[in-house]
Amino acid sequence: MSRVGVFVCHCGENIGSTVDCPEVAERCKQMPGVVHAEDYKYLCSNPGQNKIKQAIKDHQLEGVVVAACSPRMHEPTFRRAVTDAGMNAYLCEVANLREHCSWVHEEADSTTEKAVDLVRLQLEKVKRNKPLQPIEVPITKTALVIGGGVAGIQAALDIADSGHKVILVERSPALGGHMAQLSETFPTLDCSQCILTPRMVDVSRHPNITLMTYSEVEHLDGFIGNFKATIRKRARKIDEELCTGCGECLQKCPSKDISDGFNEGLTTRRAIYVPFTQAVPNIPVIDVENCRHYQKKKCDRCVKACPTKAISFNQQDELIHVDVGAIVVATGYKVMSTEKFPEYGYGTYPDVITGLQFERYASASGPTQGVIKRPSDGKEPETVVFIACSGSRDAAKGVKYCSKICCMYTAKHAMLLKHKNHNSKAYVFYMDIRAAGKNYDEFVRRAIEEDGVKYIRGRVSRVYEEDGKLVVKGADTLLGGRPVEIKADLVVLATASLPNDGQSELARKLHVGCDEYGFLAEAHPKLKPVETNTAGIYLAGACQSPRDIPETVAQASAAAAKVAALLSRSHLTREPIVAEVNRRPAPLHSDCTGCFLCESACPYRAIGQEEILDRDGIVIKTIAKINPGLCQGCGTCVATCRTKAIDLHGFSNEQIFAEIMSL
Amino acid sequence: MATKVATQFEPKITAFVCNWCTYAGADLTGTSRTKYQSNVRVIRLPCTGRVDFMLIQKAFARGSDGIIVSGCHPNDCHYTSGNYHARRRWMVFTELMNFIGADMRRITFSWVSAAEGAKWAALVDEVTNTVRELGPYTEYQRLIDAGVA
Repeated sequence: MSRVGVFVCHCGENIGSTVDCPEVAERCKQMPGVVHAEDYKYLCSNPGQNKIKQAIKDHQLEGVVVAACSPRMHEPTFRRAVTDAGMNAYLCEVANLREHCSWVHEEADSTTEKAVDLVRLQLEKVKRNKPLQPIEVPITKTALVIGGGVAGIQAALDIADSGHKVILVERSPALGGHMAQLSETFPTLDCSQCILTPRMVDVSRHPNITLMTYSEVEHLDGFIGNFKATIRKRARKIDEELCTGCGECLQKCPSKDISDGFNEGLTTRRAIYVPFTQAVPNIPVIDVENCRHYQKKKCDRCVKACPTKAISFNQQDELIHVDVGAIVVATGYKVMSTEKFPEYGYGTYPDVITGLQFERYASASGPTQGVIKRPSDGKEPETVVFIACSGSRDAAKGVKYCSKICCMYTAKHAMLLKHKNHNSKAYVFYMDIRAAGKNYDEFVRRAIEEDGVKYIRGRVSRVYEEDGKLVVKGADTLLGGRPVEIKADLVVLATASLPNDGQSELARKLHVGCDEYGFLAEAHPKLKPVETNTAGIYLAGACQSPRDIPETVAQASAAAAKVAALLSRSHLTREPIVAEVNRRPAPLHSDCTGCFLCESACPYRAIGQEEILDRDGIVIKTIAKINPGLCQGCGTCVATCRTKAIDLHGFSNEQIFAEIMSL
Repeated sequence: MATKVATQFEPKITAFVCNWCTYAGADLTGTSRTKYQSNVRVIRLPCTGRVDFMLIQKAFARGSDGIIVSGCHPNDCHYTSGNYHARRRWMVFTELMNFIGADMRRITFSWVSAAEGAKWAALVDEVTNTVRELGPYTEYQRLIDAGVA
């Protein structure tokens, strides 16, 4: 290429005041290959761009160097301008005279000299640029939603309603997540299951949603628009087609004393079980670890009880491969256990429980049908102490962050207690009341003013048992730290919300980042709150940080909107800055010798192997092959290649060496 | 004054930087109007993982007196792990350069993030001053003539 035009921008005074722009343009005219050079006040303006377009036509330019601001600023602008004039966008390069020269140096000959050098660098590069075409990648119009709590349910329904297929993968045997465990929700006190279960049914009935419960994502390959996921569908040991959900088997199982996870260990379940009565899907699962059949005890009572012969002890895990275009991660959270608190008895006192356990007591579907009782003796507690910030905002013993939902649910718990047992006394120890949200502060005020919940600002130093009571020792810091001692029947810890089990392993599988606590990291805290750094993977709900239901639902809908926008496009366009393995005529075929060092160096697993066959179909040579869909253009393979068989479009060896040679 | 400036040796510094961190960091130096010496010429690459050390040798052969290689901090690479490859390669390259007798004080490897505009200015000034002190890099031509570089 030898017909290059150089355009030097003054950027008003920004470049012009320290760099002699007419002089730069004049010097450029002397450079080999330059057929036109001019300077102008504002090249990014419309008249400025028109000057470039006009010059391309007048001088039949084959390449353009714009000496202006940073290419990170206006490279797209100038590339669009040259495209308008019929030139390939990648034949335009930008020399950074502003951020890298005029703004950082004083007015001097040396500054103008540097400006000339910067233009020369780009000139030598642009002479070797090749016209590149943006890469078009097709999109698989199916979304994968990981997690079947309220976030996953909302995201799946929204995407499905927009007309796209959704695969919803849930690790546990049923949909619902933590929200299904809750009693009533703040600040409206509407019943959690009453608002959630219809949505769970919607998911199971939606023609666009494939629901996979008791399943986990095993592996993920691919990239935005073209992910390939492997899902492990764990063996339920029940044939889902045959099972009618009659529940006959549940009563016959002799393995009874298994801690019930849905009831937070407050009750027991059997080895064949449905997590809760309203479960979707209403299909039992056999807990292999506790089932007698798998302990070689020859039990087949459930098989005999089943009228449809749905129980299948030989069922194995299945690995299911699916193609998806976008992914929403909605894997939720877990709560810190009471065992983490030495001062509250290390989890040894049965009547020190977590907020989630209290929810189960307060829930109509819970172990006590909504009557608040205490675990030790099943009596209704008269005095209940709630301790907020148990583990939250406490770097020494727990986590640094605020778990956000505890202030509100603690107020709700105290309120529910007072509603259910009018004679009870509720005390709340708190650090601050964080009740920001629509009708939130009013809710807390109601608990205090109408329901008579006693709020004590201070920390609890110790809880210990004495005469069948739990003695709570704390301080009231609003009364100058006066010691407070309450003899309670039940102590409820608002324990910190933590990243869910297995979340960091999942993050690794998905190539998504985590923050310092293990919550999944968003791409930008303000402007990209639902995106991750991996294009095509979005976040919803408490897997990103602790949050309440309204916020979770809003974020799930936001993620769904992002997914719907992506899936509604026919294809994606990508920058053609990708690496390529060279090909040569036979018998060499390629400089690649097949060492595959590049394969291990590639951060994107974009490099595979390609066999070169002769006429008879016999392999002559195996060389590296780069998938342009996966390649992100970092160029690590180029520098790794021993035989220089790989080159990177847009940053080729020839281009960079030419830049160096121009110095 | 003018004559003094004219006689002072002005080194040629070539910088190989990644597009996402150090190039953006140098842009930030500009937007913050932090001044530094004008001896550096920046070559923009997608990633420090792209830095083939032939590039550095060629830059020396073309008369660069000092070299900067700078990219994203460990863990911050736009391409996840390109900078780790650069760092690993750098260790080997250092050995090689020592072996042939090249002056390692003339090559600086650094991490400058997109938020470290001031660090970029300080880095360039430091390298420029060091190399100015060392004087023109004429030994490299002798290494080439002797057939080792």
